[in-house]
Amino acid sequence: MSSAAVSVSHGALDDVHGGGVDHHHHDDGSKTLLGFWIYLMSDCLIFSGLFATFAVLCNSTAGGPTGKELFELPYVLGETMLLLISSVTFGMAMLNMHAGHKGKLLAWLAATFVFGAGFIGMEVYEFAKLVHEGAGPSTSAFLSSYFTLVGTHGLHVTCGLIWLVVMMDQMRRFGLNDDTRRRLSCLSLFWHFLDIVWICVFTFVYLRGAI
Amino acid sequence: MSGAHDSHDAAHHDAAHADHGSTKSYLIGFALSVVLTLASFGVVMSGLVPHDLMMPGIIVFGVAQLVVQLVCFLHMGTSPSQRSNLAIMLFTLLILAIVVVGSLWVLHNMNVNMMHPTSHMMPVE
Amino acid sequence: MFGKLTLDAIPYHEPIVMGTLAAVILGGLALFAVITKYRLWGYLWKEWFTSVDHKKIGIMYIIVALVMLLRGFSDAIMMRLQQAMAASDAAGYLPPHHFDQVFTAHGVIMIFFVAMPFITGLMNLVVPLQIGARDVAYPFLNSLSFWLFMSGVVLVMVSLFVGDFAATGWLAYPPLSGIQYSPTVGVDYYIWSLQLSGLGTTLSGINFIVTIMKMRTPGMKLMQMPVFTWTSLVTNILIVAAFPILTVTLALLTADRYLDMHFFTNELGGNAMMYVNMIWIWGHPEVYILILPCFGAYSEIVATFSKKPLFGYKSMVYATSCIGVLSFVVWLHHFFTMGSGASVNAFFGITTMIISVPTGAKLFNWLFTMFRGRVEYNVPMLWTVGFMVTFVIGGVTGVLLAVPGADFVLHNSVFLIAHFHNVIIGGVVFGVFAAINYWFPKAFGFRLNEFWGKASFWCWLVGFWLAFAPLYVLGLKGMTRRMNHYANPDWQPYLIVAALGAAIIAVGIFCTLVQFYVSIRDRKKLTDPSGDPWGGRTLEWSISSPAPFYNFATLPQVRELDQFWEDKQNGVAYVQPAKYEDIHMPRNTGVGVVMGAFGTVLGFALVWHIWWMAAVGLVGMVAAFIVRAYDRDIDYWVPAAEVEKIERSRHAKLQQIQTTQVAPVAAPQRQKVA
Repeated sequence: MSSAAVSVSHGALDDVHGGGVDHHHHDDGSKTLLGFWIYLMSDCLIFSGLFATFAVLCNSTAGGPTGKELFELPYVLGETMLLLISSVTFGMAMLNMHAGHKGKLLAWLAATFVFGAGFIGMEVYEFAKLVHEGAGPSTSAFLSSYFTLVGTHGLHVTCGLIWLVVMMDQMRRFGLNDDTRRRLSCLSLFWHFLDIVWICVFTFVYLRGAI
Repeated sequence: MSGAHDSHDAAHHDAAHADHGSTKSYLIGFALSVVLTLASFGVVMSGLVPHDLMMPGIIVFGVAQLVVQLVCFLHMGTSPSQRSNLAIMLFTLLILAIVVVGSLWVLHNMNVNMMHPTSHMMPVE
Repeated sequence: MFGKLTLDAIPYHEPIVMGTLAAVILGGLALFAVITKYRLWGYLWKEWFTSVDHKKIGIMYIIVALVMLLRGFSDAIMMRLQQAMAASDAAGYLPPHHFDQVFTAHGVIMIFFVAMPFITGLMNLVVPLQIGARDVAYPFLNSLSFWLFMSGVVLVMVSLFVGDFAATGWLAYPPLSGIQYSPTVGVDYYIWSLQLSGLGTTLSGINFIVTIMKMRTPGMKLMQMPVFTWTSLVTNILIVAAFPILTVTLALLTADRYLDMHFFTNELGGNAMMYVNMIWIWGHPEVYILILPCFGAYSEIVATFSKKPLFGYKSMVYATSCIGVLSFVVWLHHFFTMGSGASVNAFFGITTMIISVPTGAKLFNWLFTMFRGRVEYNVPMLWTVGFMVTFVIGGVTGVLLAVPGADFVLHNSVFLIAHFHNVIIGGVVFGVFAAINYWFPKAFGFRLNEFWGKASFWCWLVGFWLAFAPLYVLGLKGMTRRMNHYANPDWQPYLIVAALGAAIIAVGIFCTLVQFYVSIRDRKKLTDPSGDPWGGRTLEWSISSPAPFYNFATLPQVRELDQFWEDKQNGVAYVQPAKYEDIHMPRNTGVGVVMGAFGTVLGFALVWHIWWMAAVGLVGMVAAFIVRAYDRDIDYWVPAAEVEKIERSRHAKLQQIQTTQVAPVAAPQRQKVA
């Protein structure tokens, strides 16, 4: 029997069992972070469904405009940079959180919000422009899947922005405590995860479409 | 509920965030991501890359950037505290591959067999 | 103001629906009156609706599932009756449009609102107790999952009386389910009830994975977990991996219906086959999500009542994990006939045959566990043996359907209907009843009546075969599924027999209800004072029945598989600790109920295009969740003195049994591992 594989998985889980004491603590950080990671993976599979749909339908333009005709790569590069910068500012915020600098943490979170909101603003403008040009989501299967995939990512970023505001308010009210640290760690995972999804979006939707 | 138990709660967060990177790792990750992003866009926009190499090019740079961000921003690695997260992610990638590749294969095969080439391309009145 | 909703949405002209509505209203009023008379509202709210106790949430899931079983089964009876009547010139009593809704509702309800809550309920009730945990990882999320599931239930039930339900079959294939061919709200009810309850299911999937990974009692390694916990772990991994795909698929259908997009339409490049492909990528893992925990329950029951350790524990775990992965690579066998080439069909045919191998291995494990055991044929064991016989035949017909060539003959015939009822009734329903009979004492403190349990089992077994054996024959004769009427009079005798079978199953369900009634009446006589009524092997039997709200006063130490059994053999199972400690518990919360209520409002508003109301529902849900994030009084400590008082009375009771009887539990000789 392949007991090697099992002993590896034992090893992976044994460290989880730090000691009997913190076992039954509700919401100790590691438990929540594991759960949130699993949630992110399920979210990742939502995107996998959307990517699969886009891949199947991306040539079904039904005589309508193609990606090559519609996408403006310099604009997309701008969006990408905004999101990338927001990822780093969030990273800085997390470093300040671990160092316990509440003021700097809030400032970096605010910076993250600004870049994230900038990204959403650019995306909304891009969508509005496409619809205005007569290339809305009901034009063809290709555009339906394009708007849904990119829009779902945008919706996630928007949720992240709302969460960011809530967390900034909680920091102000409660300060740095176990709850806010844990929640910010989850939000940080969420934010970086969205940047990773965006890499796939610009590669497989925009760049591939423009080839 | 009572103050007596606060000490219980306080001791935990250290263990939970064993690895949380440093300014250096974030900046390295940022620099690499910028370079790889520019490389990806450059492959398509510059006109210097032959058409046949464009698709492999953007995939290679895209995957490289995925790895960079996973390591530098999400602190993915093989350290004991990250191992279960990594295992979960690898399983997710397996399912993801099955969904995407499987759908493409099944639907492509079905289109080849069932769709008449001309009717497929024809716009509907 | 009210979107598409007008008074015409209520189907006055349908006497069957109106009769049901009257019965539901009268029944509801009676229930309301009784609860008010005995002043139970406060009790229900405080002790049940707002509870975050996994045992109570589990019980609520199972009660709702039983109620929905009655609804889904009345749909089944209506279909059987219609088909028994509607041969050649006779039209039967159900008009086609109504018949189509009935078979759709039957499938949707039985899978999503009967089988799923049964499974989720059992996992809630049993898993934390088996791993020595005091609750699940996220108790509030657990309550939220239940109430999201409830809002799905409410939407499905409302669809019966306001508007209509989908008339598309249980997976709502487009283009039939598109706005062009299903312009009424039926498919919208379908979409939103599944999205709401699916969200709840995903959340509880995450919850249970973390619970099992992180909250096992000290010392319990993965390979020392009871088999039911193992199967639950794999099931929850499948839930988290598969349900997102269902969410996406339904969301894309929603985009087609609401936003005029073209994913699955006939025109502008849409591809309906993509829907079929995606929904089965979810759909096939889903059947394993349902069956795996039942396999786990059978394993526990077989070992307990054969008085032997489970044969091949490791192979059971490996088989379960294999099934988990393989279940993701067989989905195309649901649509062999839809035009894929030979290579694709062959690939999925072969994977389907491979996945039957680990399942077969499990069957041999159960047989070898029984071999030379002292098998005790009580109710849970009868269900288990009935399952083995029935399920094997269902499995064999499944392998037959996995041959693409054979499938071209049998696809969408009633042979297929007979096959999947054979595995779902024979596997899941039998498993759930076995599990309910087995774990009932742990939930309520008394056993279920044996006589009525046996009566129920025999009615189900005989009724099942009478109802579905004719369908195998009819499928081979060429009868297709979902027929409101048929021209061939030769089929009618078979369908009359099938209707008779359904009637016998109805008697079986009636026996189950009587069983509950009689058992509650005789609860003193059936009481389980020791907490270990069957001579169990796993940790849940080491604590009192019903389990105390904190589950374990002190966390058990585990060094091997079936630790409790070993402890009993060594006479150290019931040792009192020198000192008790304070126990940390989550506080009850009504936020789950509130979010479920707003979810129901949101779903209903979206179905009827009442946009302001949808905004109220969505904002309400999000706001309730954010408010919860600001609530800092979410837990409390049970003082050691209180724990000690409860445990002392438990041990006093145990001592009493020991003095009046020879031994608290049957403790036959230890058997060597086979």
